[in-house]
Amino acid sequence: MKLQQLSLFLENRPGRLEAPLAAIAAEGINILTLSLADTAQFGILRLIVRDWEKAKRILEQAGWVVNLTEVVAVDVLDRPGGLAGALRILEDANLNVEYMYAFSLRRDDKAILIFRFEDPDRAIQVLLDQGLHVVDGDELMTFVS
Amino acid sequence: MWDRAAETQPRAEREALQLERLRAQVARAARVPFYRDLFTHRGIGPHSIRSLADIRRLPFTTKDDMRRQHPFGLLAVPRRELARIHGSSGTTGKPTFVGYTAQDLATWSDLCARFLVAGGLRPEHTAQVAFGYGLFTGGFGLHYGIEKVGAAVIPVAAGNTRRQIEIMRDLDPEVLICTPSYALTIADTAREMGMDPHALPIRFGHFGGEPWTEDMRREIEDQLDIQAFNNYGLSEVIGPGVSGECPARSGMHIQEDHFLVECLDPETLEPVPEGEPGELVITALTREAMPMIRYRTRDIARLDRSPCTCGRTTMRMSRIAGRTDDMLIIRGVNVFPSQIEEALLRVEGTTPHYLIEVSRPGTLDEVHVKVEIHPEIFSDRMDRMQALCDRIGREIHTVAGIRAHVDLVEPRSIERFVGKAKRVLDKRGLTDC
Ligand SMILES: [Zn+2]
Repeated sequence: MKLQQLSLFLENRPGRLEAPLAAIAAEGINILTLSLADTAQFGILRLIVRDWEKAKRILEQAGWVVNLTEVVAVDVLDRPGGLAGALRILEDANLNVEYMYAFSLRRDDKAILIFRFEDPDRAIQVLLDQGLHVVDGDELMTFVS
Repeated sequence: MWDRAAETQPRAEREALQLERLRAQVARAARVPFYRDLFTHRGIGPHSIRSLADIRRLPFTTKDDMRRQHPFGLLAVPRRELARIHGSSGTTGKPTFVGYTAQDLATWSDLCARFLVAGGLRPEHTAQVAFGYGLFTGGFGLHYGIEKVGAAVIPVAAGNTRRQIEIMRDLDPEVLICTPSYALTIADTAREMGMDPHALPIRFGHFGGEPWTEDMRREIEDQLDIQAFNNYGLSEVIGPGVSGECPARSGMHIQEDHFLVECLDPETLEPVPEGEPGELVITALTREAMPMIRYRTRDIARLDRSPCTCGRTTMRMSRIAGRTDDMLIIRGVNVFPSQIEEALLRVEGTTPHYLIEVSRPGTLDEVHVKVEIHPEIFSDRMDRMQALCDRIGREIHTVAGIRAHVDLVEPRSIERFVGKAKRVLDKRGLTDC
């Protein structure tokens, strides 16, 4: 149920974001979602793609430093309190969220959130126990197609 | 030990000897017009030296002084008393010459014998000298030192590496004498010849003649399966033999009965606190032909007076960490690129590619240390990346005493150079002119 996320180190200057995206697009790899965390000086680009192994190879060959992390996708109702409810469950279970971001696509009244947990396996168990819907890779694909 | 009495002499006794020799050396230097004028001008002479600290009343001698006195203005003996002339090519301008009396040569081989024996040379050994012979002091200095110990010399000299290796294979020398970079060339060439460098007979090596690092030592030792010893010297004061390592290999023992070594701030010319890096200033206490007074070596190192496990009582010096020419002054603080490198070495995965950028956006200097990101240190978590920058910044502050901005940069974004890497980009000059 875990998803593989690629992270890239980027310097924070104009045009730096386009180069890695163009490199994987040129190989026909679909980007499902991306998120950029940055400071004035550098940024961390996080990508979830269809074929992460191939994408990782392409990026590394082009000289980027790429890191592979397991993340968890959860869908919540896209309305006030939807996110708060999920976060409360995690907090009650004492689960550490390193960071999170929203999946760029949504369907119906659902929004998908991507979580980076310290302990993703335990997090998945807690989420399922509490009746939340954890979205796996295959299901995520249906959002884009 | 080659000369147990001298090398383990109690400190107080040695200081008395140094004082006596320093006074005699000032008297000898007064025979040289260059020094005589300086002494007269300052109203000083041998009588002015009442303690070793009085050395600070003596003038400095620089490389430029030597050039101005070219070729033999600094001789304290008549030409006919010279037994040998060496020289340094000098990267700029004409060479400088150094003269030796027969006694100077005897002293010199004795000093080389000291560090060679400290680093394992025994009379039954054979040593291959792959240093250049000629005006350069390395070849002959070590050659006579080895002979003095009673070991056999193979004076193969520098170059023709394949032949060096064949000679090694045929004659089984235990000891290799050359520059550290040439030791690595020998290992490479042996592999090219289809040999395992570990199979070479060499068991230990004495390397010098150029600055090197601990990393390089490990590499040489791994590749050749030997023990590598460092030694230091410069032709202006004698050649190799000023200092060398003992089996503890934690600094080079300075032959203090022959050299008075000061460690000074190259800007203020005041002594640096014990253990801090500074410019080595060397007075040759026993040289007859050229009594060099407070020669400014421009070499940066640290001094260590703590006792050594080997039993020698002499002060030790660190490796040469750089040249004063490389020194940066940041908001009044002297900073050497080697200090930044040392700070980075404390943070795993951050070397070897970095660049120190100095600018003055307003009235104050600013330092940016650019460090290439590396898979080992990259994390998808921003807090970890910030912590990494903070940690590097703290280490730089601890080692170099300055606050630097730490900029993580993409791999391969810092320009690569063949040979010596360019580590500093000082942009301050550009805005001034
Ligand atoms: Zn020692």
